[in-house]
Amino acid sequence: MEHLSNKHTRPLSPNIQIYRPQLTSVLSIVNRITGVFLSACAVVLVVWLIAAASGREAYSRFHDCIASWPGQFFLLASTFAFFLHLCGGIRHLVWDTVRGFELRQIYISGWIVVATSVVLTLACWLASLLIARQV
Amino acid sequence: MVGYRFRSPLGLAMSLGSAKSGFGHWWTERVTAVALIPLGVWFAASLIAHSGSNYEAFIGWMGSPITAVLMILLLITLFWHIALGLQVAIEDYVHSGTKIWLLLITHFLCFALAVGGIVATLRIAIGVWTAT
Repeated sequence: MEHLSNKHTRPLSPNIQIYRPQLTSVLSIVNRITGVFLSACAVVLVVWLIAAASGREAYSRFHDCIASWPGQFFLLASTFAFFLHLCGGIRHLVWDTVRGFELRQIYISGWIVVATSVVLTLACWLASLLIARQV
Repeated sequence: MVGYRFRSPLGLAMSLGSAKSGFGHWWTERVTAVALIPLGVWFAASLIAHSGSNYEAFIGWMGSPITAVLMILLLITLFWHIALGLQVAIEDYVHSGTKIWLLLITHFLCFALAVGGIVATLRIAIGVWTAT
């Protein structure tokens, strides 16, 4: 019976905490974390649509929440998460065609994902602020 | 399943790849991902274009048939992709009996939120169409 009780205590592989973080492993988990975070953002998207459908009052209440500092921080975080997941996802789709698996290519595409996400996030917020000022 | 057309009969006979519906799940996750690239970019660009605009401007945009169609497509594709993605995350990290409940709740919520979003979109759009 001993081997049966051992079944529940055996370690699960891989023991991720023994590895030094690398761009490859960090971007791998980032794609999953941003995916889970963006799922929460999708809930906010539906709340937004329902608020808009409910009328002016509900919509302005939602708008006030988003316009607050925590709301703006959430929006900034979701913009960055959106681009990380978008660029990381495109990288995965390229890998699915069995391309870009050389170590050098993997690091280049990884840094492209990080840089593009930062640039696009900043560009979006800059464009948004400029457009908001003109309205 | 759509997936079997992409798997060779030899591979299936030799028991290579998923024994069950794994390929279908993997393939659908990719299909929804590809569809979400243009839909996501459209959505982000639309939000930026409407920065600082008021309720009337936003409702007017939502009332356009193109917006309504794209928004409904976005909601279907997005929540389909979320359901598949969260399923993998739950299956990877939750090994106790709560796994099946988490999966059920996740899938039910995804369907409910998608339908809620679609009905809200239609309500706005139909409101605009009947008003004009």
